[in-house]
Amino acid sequence: MTLLGQFALWIGFFTGVWAAVVGFSGRWHTQPGLAASTVRSAYALAAAMVVAALALWKGLISHDFNIEYVAAYTSANLPTAYVFTAFWAGQKGSLLFWAVVLALFGMLAQLTTSRRHQDLMPYVAAVTGGVTAFFIATMLFSANPFERLPFTPPDGRGLNPQLQNPGMVIHPPMLYLGYIGITVPFAFAIAALMRRRLDTGWIHAIRKWTILSWLFLSVGITLGMWWAYVELGWGGYWAWDPVENASLLPWLTMTAFLHSVMIQEKRGMLKRWNLSLIVATFLLSIFGTFITRSGVIASVHSFTQSSVGYFFLVFLLAVGIASFALLYLRWPALEPESNLESLASREAAFLFNNLVLVGIAFSVLWGTLFPILSEWVRGVKVTVGPPFFNRVNIPLGLLLLALTGIGPLIAWRKTSPANLRRQFLVPSAAGLVTGLVLGALGLRDPWVLVALVLAGFVLGTVAQEFWRGTRARMRMYGESALLGVVRLVNRNRRRYGGYLVHVGILVYFVAFTGMAFKVTREVTLSPGETATIESPYGHTYTFTSLGVSQYAALNRIVSAATLEVQKDGTKIGVIKSEKRQHVDSFGQKTFEPSTEVGIRSDLREDLYVVYAGSIGGTERANFAISINPLVWWVWAGGVILVMGGLLAMWPGGRAATPTGRRTEAQAGFETQLVGAEAG
Amino acid sequence: MKPRTKFLVGATIIVASVTFLIVSGIKETGTYFLTPTELAQRTEADPTFYDVGIKVGARVVPGSIRRDDAARRVDFEVTDGQHRFPVTYVGLVPDTFTDANEIEVIVEGKMGRDGVFRATEVLAKCGSRYEAELRDADVKSS
Repeated sequence: MTLLGQFALWIGFFTGVWAAVVGFSGRWHTQPGLAASTVRSAYALAAAMVVAALALWKGLISHDFNIEYVAAYTSANLPTAYVFTAFWAGQKGSLLFWAVVLALFGMLAQLTTSRRHQDLMPYVAAVTGGVTAFFIATMLFSANPFERLPFTPPDGRGLNPQLQNPGMVIHPPMLYLGYIGITVPFAFAIAALMRRRLDTGWIHAIRKWTILSWLFLSVGITLGMWWAYVELGWGGYWAWDPVENASLLPWLTMTAFLHSVMIQEKRGMLKRWNLSLIVATFLLSIFGTFITRSGVIASVHSFTQSSVGYFFLVFLLAVGIASFALLYLRWPALEPESNLESLASREAAFLFNNLVLVGIAFSVLWGTLFPILSEWVRGVKVTVGPPFFNRVNIPLGLLLLALTGIGPLIAWRKTSPANLRRQFLVPSAAGLVTGLVLGALGLRDPWVLVALVLAGFVLGTVAQEFWRGTRARMRMYGESALLGVVRLVNRNRRRYGGYLVHVGILVYFVAFTGMAFKVTREVTLSPGETATIESPYGHTYTFTSLGVSQYAALNRIVSAATLEVQKDGTKIGVIKSEKRQHVDSFGQKTFEPSTEVGIRSDLREDLYVVYAGSIGGTERANFAISINPLVWWVWAGGVILVMGGLLAMWPGGRAATPTGRRTEAQAGFETQLVGAEAG
Repeated sequence: MKPRTKFLVGATIIVASVTFLIVSGIKETGTYFLTPTELAQRTEADPTFYDVGIKVGARVVPGSIRRDDAARRVDFEVTDGQHRFPVTYVGLVPDTFTDANEIEVIVEGKMGRDGVFRATEVLAKCGSRYEAELRDADVKSS
């Protein structure tokens, strides 16, 4: 099977190179046969990559330990689901996964794009084919997943226990789908620049792709937080580690793009900015792979350091220079079609939102690269950690949250002072009431108070938007409230899906504030002994050790420590935390022991127990016990955000206007509607 | 003022705030990341360096780990091949901090004038033979 896989890689490589060379040569402008050939290569490439993927899966499932990759990441006693997902457990498989999905996305882009954009498609195929060919090249020349060993080991090394977790099974592919999805908008951007299609029409072709890749990134990041929380045992979900930052960077620039593109659609402004954001987002997705793979930045995430990192660096520089050079050549043709008319306009709010998002991205990038930069400039490595990122990003994040509430309240073009007062009254009151209630309840932390006041404000904004729209429908069409809200959302899914995403974001912010009140204690308990912890809500939790038990499971030996938990004197359950020693099918130890955290979660707080080992082989054991407020809401925010995103990109709904942007008369209609409501 | 000018004023304020936050943040929270040799040179040249919180990346000297589980205390020695010094840490160490093999650690804390490094945090990078490559897998303690 490896021969077939290897063969498929070479076929894919040459197909991708063909698409890139023919596509960019431009010869197809005059020869329709070449245009068709370029487009068709996207299909051939997808087919070749699917064959390669199946070949690797076949090797994994059949436990062919002669294949180096199979021996390195699986063992005979590994649960089948993990054998299947070991596909992307290692670097080589991840590269193949990336190439396969990109090839499929490239094909989907050809299949689903309207005929209206036919003149762009050979260039799109050239970019997706070229990028896929790059990934295949890294495999062929540096990290081949089909490499065979000179001997056949009796069993594989097995999968790292920390990866034997359902969250870890889907977290990497989700993140990859996000990264890979960005390639499609990037391909269209390059195609539009090459073809000099510099109006706004082509933006419609990538609308769904941008939301889709943003959604995958969001899910990937949230699942990563969940995995870190339940698996790593340090008690939090975000540590500003370079690897985490690398996933956040494209998310931030993509979020900026999703907003600023609306300005281009409605007003024909920001063409240069939007193209730059797409290119930057694509480069950041490649950059993320580069820093995690090259080992240039010390991360506690242990990735293989290999030459693959430098393939990415060269690719990053080449694509970056070429893209910005192209953008520079087309710069004069990207004149805005209209200008900013007032600071009290949605355009201005979005522009500020973009600046803040890019500012956050820049600070995260700067902090992540600072060890390298300081070593270059000053000859000494200086690192920055969570205190730096929190210090910079808490104020910027709160500013962003405020803009999340302000943006939807301001009309396009300009807003009258009277209208501003009318729009801001309810949301501001909502924020104020939130602050007063929490203040009365005894909340004093200033940052947390500001965050929660703003959260109340944003929620007020969203609620008002839904309410006004529904009320207008009830009056105009005599619909019931329920039917009104359903039709309202259905008529403008992107807008109301977007509002739902805003709710998800504010829920995240609220959840993040909880960590300001985290309580941790390290205790040593013999069976029967108790430890008491006061929760931030004023409850008293009592933990009583029930001892440590040992038993063997499928592929591991488990030591489980159990604590009985009482809340204010009432028993509420037991929490079990484990140390697992994984073994191969011959009973030999594989990997170091790993910890399985015990978590008891409710809407208000999580009890988080880490069994940190026994003392001298007795049942006397060390524990780290934390009370983490509001963690449940991080996951809830993620779910709301995904629902909003899905709603925004759900197929159907109102068709896009053919000219690409709504006419000013239509924009004025909105203002009229608001005015009519007032009267 | 024209709207464009007003916007530029707002934009300048945002850009200036971001710059200020980054610069002051690095100044106040930046931590030196040194090798044991660099640390030795620095403390020799400037004794006040003993009071500065730093990070040191080094290897654990095999067989040097002494654990006092009851006190949740670990003592060990680290080296970069040229200089070595003892480290003492009270707290729970991550799973990958083992005696089994030569592991790489990042210790954060202060070097005492007695030559003992008092760590407030120990991060261990898994260097075992099984670490073919851990996707995202890592080890943290805090």
